[in-house]
Amino acid sequence: MSKKLKGWREIPIGGIILEPGSSALYKTGSWRAIKPVIDLDKCKGCLICWIHCPEPAIRQITVSGELKVEIDYDYCKGCGICANVCPFKAIDMVPETG
Amino acid sequence: MAQTMVKNSKLVGMNGDEAVAFAAKQANVDAVVAFPITPQTIIVERLSEYIFNGELEAAFIPVESEHSALSACIGAALTGGRVFTATASQGLALMYEILYIASSMRLPIVMALGNRAFSGPINIHCSHDDAYAARDAGWMSFFAENVQEAYDLIFPAFKITENKDVLLPAIVNLDAFILTHSVEGLYVFDDKVIPEFLPQKEPHDAIDFENPKTYGPFALFDYYMEIKRQQEAAMETARPIIKKVLDEYSEFSGRKYSPIKTYMIDDAEAAVMVLGSMAGTMRVFAKKAREAGKKVGVISLTQYRPFPVEELRKVVKGLKAIAVMDRSVSFGSPGAQLYMDVSTALYNMRERPLIYNVVYGLGGRELPIADIEKIFDDVLQVAKDGEVKKEIVWMGLRE
Amino acid sequence: MESLKLIKRINDIPGDDVEYFAPGHRLCAGCGAPQLIRTVLKAIPDPKVVVNATGCVEVATTVYPYTSWRVNWVHNAFENAAATASGIEATFEVLEKKYGKKKPHIIVLGGDGGTFDIGLQSLSGAIERGHDFVYICYDNEAYMNTGIQRSAATPRGAWTTTTPSGRVIPGKPERKKDLIGIAVANGALYAATANPAFPVDLYNKILKADAVKGPAVIHYYSPCPTGWHMDPAKSIEAARLAVRTRVFPLYEYYEGKYRLTFDVKKPVPLEEYIKLQGRFRHLLKPENKWRLDQLKKDIEENWNRIVRLTQI
Repeated sequence: MSKKLKGWREIPIGGIILEPGSSALYKTGSWRAIKPVIDLDKCKGCLICWIHCPEPAIRQITVSGELKVEIDYDYCKGCGICANVCPFKAIDMVPETG
Repeated sequence: MAQTMVKNSKLVGMNGDEAVAFAAKQANVDAVVAFPITPQTIIVERLSEYIFNGELEAAFIPVESEHSALSACIGAALTGGRVFTATASQGLALMYEILYIASSMRLPIVMALGNRAFSGPINIHCSHDDAYAARDAGWMSFFAENVQEAYDLIFPAFKITENKDVLLPAIVNLDAFILTHSVEGLYVFDDKVIPEFLPQKEPHDAIDFENPKTYGPFALFDYYMEIKRQQEAAMETARPIIKKVLDEYSEFSGRKYSPIKTYMIDDAEAAVMVLGSMAGTMRVFAKKAREAGKKVGVISLTQYRPFPVEELRKVVKGLKAIAVMDRSVSFGSPGAQLYMDVSTALYNMRERPLIYNVVYGLGGRELPIADIEKIFDDVLQVAKDGEVKKEIVWMGLRE
Repeated sequence: MESLKLIKRINDIPGDDVEYFAPGHRLCAGCGAPQLIRTVLKAIPDPKVVVNATGCVEVATTVYPYTSWRVNWVHNAFENAAATASGIEATFEVLEKKYGKKKPHIIVLGGDGGTFDIGLQSLSGAIERGHDFVYICYDNEAYMNTGIQRSAATPRGAWTTTTPSGRVIPGKPERKKDLIGIAVANGALYAATANPAFPVDLYNKILKADAVKGPAVIHYYSPCPTGWHMDPAKSIEAARLAVRTRVFPLYEYYEGKYRLTFDVKKPVPLEEYIKLQGRFRHLLKPENKWRLDQLKKDIEENWNRIVRLTQI
């Protein structure tokens, strides 16, 4: 994706970035070689993986009234922390095929 | 208006440091951040007195080094407050990397610089090393040649730096000891008239909790150059704004200020060009030379950065020779710093005067009267000969 | 302090609706710093400003024109985050009195480089002057951003690019500097160590640091898979072992008293910790046992010193 970059007259002065959180436009999901897959039956919504995720690429969700989590594959870098810390072994790291 | 302004002033005796501190107080700064270094110490001491006595409501941050001083100034300026600092010589050298950062972040800051020689050997007296060292960093730079000017220039410096189309930090230079520590008579305004010239600061792009911003990012080769171009554009935009603000200030104070000052230049054959306190001395001896029939003049700059190229080209028309005086040395260069600036500014003129460089006054070295008079005679000789025999001359030196 | 709403469980930590740190940053997979950033931005209320020293976090989270920060964020240079924060803090204090502007909470972030070494002076000055801020050092135990060079925070014996595990000198000869001691000596009102494997403890320490009206320093253990030559998945495991082996004791200082916030009565053998990390692998060789013993001695002396402090 090639985008025409802005000229010096068009960008804000002083190198200031006006849009908070604009890094969300940069999808780091393309970095990973392995990806986490959550078994929602085993997931107890303890949120341990959620707090440790560096991106963050784990969202809190509700499934049938129960608190659980899901992976945001747009950003997940496949570090494997979530699978490593899950006390219920609810997350498996599998090879990225995409 | 000038008459009313003079009515609202009183004549006092202060040294340059005291005058600068007094001006900063009257400018109602919100933060004073500095680390002491001779010859600027009195500026910060006075300001701390004003603040500790409740005469000025401002943050007084007694930082632990000059590097932290300018760093804290950046933080202070980002809040939208009016920020003042002062340093000299080694202190400026220590904060060197931050000079570039402050300018790149487009922050209005006014710094008083007590022009003192760089070590080594360590010397606390006047050279223009520090003023010149800052000339590439993106700061505007103004030279005061007496205590009145040191006081006066603070107000337009704030007004120009805070202008939304400029937003570049500014230095006001005053010579070490000659101005910083010498008591002269000057007119100071009543506190209450200052806001008519310098109102409360507008918080451009300051930290805003409704619209959070990222300041000071990491920029790669795809954006760095454009951000730099913007800074240069600000210098370009600053030129007419400086002229306008100096005109406004001249009107306000009744004292004339302009980017370049000329003395007896109109029919002069030769001239000297000089910055800082030496200008007044050179004018005294130019007048004496004129009385002896020698057609000489003096050019001095109030505005050093942005360098007043167009104004200088106008002023030198008709001159056959100029001795550019530098109170510093740029070792191994084709000449000292002002000489390099002037040479570049004049080079592409189809008709231009001969120029050569006089290095003088390093580390507070006095220029004897005989040498001053010789400078005028020498430059006239060059005008007569039509050639420069020696491009760089050190005056006042024991060979 | 008494009125602080300390939390007990991870579920008490504000959720996704209070997420001030956006993904898409370039920090390595498995980096320990983002958990700190996410936590501190959830714990400390608005309005807030972050001042960040040059380093991994600064570079990776603000590649122009992208920024991961959803708060006001300032970067100046490498060694002056605390000085920059001083300027912000003191001026807002005055602007509040002079013009009624709201003074924000100030969070200062620096790596071990920007804190222990080049940034030490400005941190010392800022603490001594009593500015109100929370300074957090995310300590990945080397100058990681410039390529894993040693810092004063690098543990003894660790491999770095400037303390290689050589035949003559196996890893860093010097021991780790004591940041909490430095902070307290300079006059910090609150100082604590924190660790990502103890997220509730981390959150609560941030609350306490923010609550004191004056300088607070948090020394955060930040796992670095890249610099430590470690499987990124093991980041939190290594962090937990750092505490359980007494390598990184969890304690805090407040009002003249030291308190262990996680006691380790029976430490896990150090080998369990170092075998996870390539930077320590050479220490398992018999010819380097003397260096490993030095490291063990450092850890034991440090632990005993802290325990003595808690008994004063």
